[in-house]
Amino acid sequence: MHYGQFFQSHVLHFFHLASPDLLFGIDAAPEMRNIIGVAKENKHLAVMGVMMRKFGQEIIKVTAGKKIHGTGAIPGGINKHLTEEERDYFLKGDQNQNVDQMIDWSLEALDFLKDYHKKNKDFIDNFASFPSNHLSLVRKDGALDLYHGVLRAVDKDGNKILNDVDYQEYLNYIGESVKSWSFMKFPYLKHLGLEKGWYRVGPLARLNTCDYIPSRLADKEFEEFKAYTNGKPNNMTMHYHWARLIETLHAAEVMKDLLNDPDLLSGERVVKGTRQDEGIGLIEAPRGTLFHHYRVNADDQITMANLIVSTTNNNDPMNLAVDSAAKQMMTDQPVITEAMTNAVEVAIRAYDPCLSCATHALGQMPLQITMKNEKNEILDIKTT
Amino acid sequence: MSDSKKILIYGFGNPGRKDDGLGYQFVEHFSKWTSENSINNVQFDCNYQLNIEDAELISTKDIVLFVDASVEDIEEFSISKIDGSSDLAFTTHEASPGYIYYLCEKLFKKTPSAYLLHIKGYNWNFEEGISDKATKNLQKSIEYIKSIFLDGNDIELNFSSAINKNL
Repeated sequence: MHYGQFFQSHVLHFFHLASPDLLFGIDAAPEMRNIIGVAKENKHLAVMGVMMRKFGQEIIKVTAGKKIHGTGAIPGGINKHLTEEERDYFLKGDQNQNVDQMIDWSLEALDFLKDYHKKNKDFIDNFASFPSNHLSLVRKDGALDLYHGVLRAVDKDGNKILNDVDYQEYLNYIGESVKSWSFMKFPYLKHLGLEKGWYRVGPLARLNTCDYIPSRLADKEFEEFKAYTNGKPNNMTMHYHWARLIETLHAAEVMKDLLNDPDLLSGERVVKGTRQDEGIGLIEAPRGTLFHHYRVNADDQITMANLIVSTTNNNDPMNLAVDSAAKQMMTDQPVITEAMTNAVEVAIRAYDPCLSCATHALGQMPLQITMKNEKNEILDIKTT
Repeated sequence: MSDSKKILIYGFGNPGRKDDGLGYQFVEHFSKWTSENSINNVQFDCNYQLNIEDAELISTKDIVLFVDASVEDIEEFSISKIDGSSDLAFTTHEASPGYIYYLCEKLFKKTPSAYLLHIKGYNWNFEEGISDKATKNLQKSIEYIKSIFLDGNDIELNFSSAINKNL
């Protein structure tokens, strides 16, 4: 279920939200910058995206039981096995819906991005880029792990600044500050302080913290990814998409392994434990590290909840990316253009499809941008 | 009911937001009815929102009925035709039926007869359960769609004749 979720989320993110920026450029007309535009320009890419997304969603549906109010995941395990028929649908089914096709298409998507990178090196390497720390879960042996492990952080040069610690003790390591101008929290590594302790999470961070990827084809791609920065952390914001596609391939490979695992069809489904009043859980969500911390009373009512979701973890770097994109695009310009506002979106989209995923805001969110010159005189105002 | 066209009824909305769950409730009730009446050519689906992969799903059907809660100025429920000229809204949290239809046409070269059943809702709070007033609208819409299925005429014709009536 988790890998199905990763797969479909990364596919939606890349094919349907990011690829139009690559195909048409950040200054293209808004009506082209969507999957309909992609369908007109590169139908195969659009169909591939739709069918890959469907595969991930079907995996979730089968493992969760249904799309709404899924019942498959329960505390300690799952409440159903897959049937042989369900498993075979994904292993040997229709050529557009079997896992081998998903692996091939993931490789094809990587080829598309690498080819684009070759032709647009300056944009992909330099747009909204800046050095940072990186944090993620890793397996105890240093492998990429999206579900369980220890917390690791590295600085911009690759030095470990959080050395494989137990995430149950996250409060010892992670602080959360607030600022008067934002509803979002600003997490940071306590021992480095607010100024130097902020970090990135998500695909780029995960590939910067882990030592290898435990799936054959994805690890080969990982080697190429690491070689591009001579083994040092990659701090190029648009390379989030490269890392995202490597993880998409990894998810497809892991799904194939799991579909071939007999435990999927029979055997123990639930691990039982002792009830506790407090629980801390941490996984890697598609967009980054996700902390959940709860306390309950004797009546099982929640008395305390603290979440640090992926987008919150990326709050500082996303603000920096917006700042960088705005400076790159707006300096010495007299008016606000569509390309400028989309550049800001492109910078955010490297991390997250949209901020509403993190805030779940109610109603409309009109965005007003004011452009001022060095004398603080207003040059232009645009409301989107 | 002799019509054997492949039909999809797809309810969407968030059952955790009161009347936004009208589409989901419609599917729950109507699927029971088709099952009890041995109507086997109807597939049901529901989700919090429409997604791009639904373009492939509808490409395999002859008739598609999307069901959604409505804040619009309608009486109880309404049926409208979805085609290439419909609203093409798409964000990460929302894809309109028109957008899904357009994608289906462009990517899969299929043009099923598609309709949107809008059921009037009133309460959008963060709670489960449909408001009393919207429940009445739900029941009336279910009865109306049942009548389309039970009528001896071609189902597509029946849907077409219901278009844009403020029911």
